This record gives sequence, structure tokens and C-alpha cells, in this order.
Amino acid sequence: MSVPAAERTARRAVVRDAVAIALTTGAYALSFGAVGVASGLTVTQTSALSVLMFSGGSQFALVGVLAGGGGAASAISVALLLGARNAFYGIRLAPMLGVRGAHRLLAGQFVIDETTAMTVGQESVRLQRLAFWATGVSLFVLWNLGTLVGALGAGALADPLVLGMDAAAPAAFLALLWPRLREGGALPVALAGAVVCMVAVPFVPAGVPILLAAVAAAVAGAFGRKPLTVDDRGKGA
Amino acid sequence: MNWLTVLVASVGTYLLKLLGLLVPEKVLEHPRVRRITTLMPVALLAALIVMQTFSSGSRFTLDARAAGLAAALVAVLLKAPFLVVVVAACATTALVRLLL
Repeated sequence: MSVPAAERTARRAVVRDAVAIALTTGAYALSFGAVGVASGLTVTQTSALSVLMFSGGSQFALVGVLAGGGGAASAISVALLLGARNAFYGIRLAPMLGVRGAHRLLAGQFVIDETTAMTVGQESVRLQRLAFWATGVSLFVLWNLGTLVGALGAGALADPLVLGMDAAAPAAFLALLWPRLREGGALPVALAGAVVCMVAVPFVPAGVPILLAAVAAAVAGAFGRKPLTVDDRGKGA
Repeated sequence: MNWLTVLVASVGTYLLKLLGLLVPEKVLEHPRVRRITTLMPVALLAALIVMQTFSSGSRFTLDARAAGLAAALVAVLLKAPFLVVVVAACATTALVRLLL
């Protein structure tokens, strides 16, 4: 079975980008590990969060509440609010991934910002699936490795802020989203989502601004008249 | 108590992630629904980009990250490879932070 050269190059590029995302995001896990232990969790509990929760925003929010002396109920609810956007990602990813049974249960754990951005950034179903799994698996490995190392005390060695790593995720999402913005009225929706989110930031709890952006997309999608051509690639290979 | 918090929050987060994948395909075939679900990640990721760049907690902030995103935008416009975009953003942010 021979694979055309163009396809091979495209696949290699997807895997390389996936590893790049995993490395830059994984660097954050070092500080998550350190922050987790500082918040009063044990090393095992901090690592368990990275394995079981595997959603950076939710994890940082949860240990942030604990560190601030907040109770279990508020820690759990802020984590869930921040995790709620993943449900919307899943709806978009489902037809691309075409997973069933045990595969679907496994894929569920990988439905996060990074995998979604990588997956929707690809042109064919084959590359979308590769992007999802390559990003999910490599990020899972590095995120958990980074957490453990950070929790064991090495977090202080690498300050992601000094290296400008906090700009990595927005830059990566921008690069992945950019080609999509030209298609079928996506640009106004992206701008609307960004504006709605920023306007809401000072007024509503963490996690909610992003969900309001989803509402903006739903309204635009429901009432927009322009036919959308983007997405006929969700079906078939 | 901490274990309970960790486990309940983790299970809840996982179920939210899984939820989207469980929506029946039939529902997603409707053109209007397809349009919404296609636009959804675009709006969410765009919101995430500005939020991660221009806010800290519940406050607006304008700091070195903005320079990083600007560098990323320039790199994207110049059709730079993905890795170059990310490295340009990090390097610019680090540099501006060092200088300010």
C-alpha cells in the first residue's frame, strides 16, 4: 500500500505541528504541577487532575480556587464552567472523527481547545483524524509528564512567562483558525465571538465569556442567510 | 475532601467533553444545525485568543502578550509555517517582557 508523496508530506506536517503544540502547552504543565502542590493538593492528587481532568483551563481554575481558600463546591463549579465549551467542540468534532464505542469514550478525554483547533484546521477527514489523535496523545503524554515533574518541585526551574510561553496558545490558535476565517461568513462570527467574550469578561464568572461567544455563533448560524460551503468536508473522505 | 473535589470535578469535566461526541448524527444533518456547529469552534477559538491575550482573571490587560499576538499575526500574513508563528509569538512576548 503506497501513500502519495503529497499525502505523506501533509501527514508529517500535521504530526510536527501536533508535537509543537504539545511541547509549548506541556511547558505549562510544569507550572501547573507547582501551583497544584502549592494549593494544598498532594503530588498524587495534582497528577490525578492532569490524567483525569486533562483540560488546562479547568485545572488551573480548580487549584486557584483551592489556593484561595475556596470550598469544594466552588472549585468544582468553576472547573465545570470552564470545561463546558468542550461540549460544543465535541459536537463539531463528532462527524469528523466518526468514533464509536470504546474509541468514542477514549476520544472524549481528548476533546479540548488544542485538539479542536488542530482538527478543524485540516482539509481532509484523514488529516483531521490524524490531527486529533496526534495532538491528543502527544499533549496527554507531555502534559502529564510536565505536571509530575512540576509537582515534584522542578516547576521553579522553568517559568513559562520568562520564555513568553503564554503567547504560544493564542498564536497557535490564530495560525490554525486563520484559513477558516475566509470561508462562508466565518470572519464576522469570529469577530462577534471575540467582542462578546471581551465585553463579558469583567462582569461574569470565569468560563462564561467563552460560552457567550458560543451563543453568538448559534445566533449567527441560526439567522444567517448566507449558504455555508465550508462544511461539506465533514462528510466522506 | 480534596480527593472528592478532584474526582467529582474530573468526572464532570470528562462527561462534558464526551457529551458533544454523543449527539446523534441525525440531529447534526439539518443544514441550520450544521451551520451552527461549524461556526461554533470558530467563535469559541476567536474568543479564546482575545481572552488569553487581553485579560487576566476578570480584568482587561494590555501587556507583552499583545506584542506576541501581533507578531503571530504578521507571521500568519507572511504565510510562515505553524512552528514559526508560535516561536515568533513566544520570542516577541519574552523580549518585550524583558525590556518593559
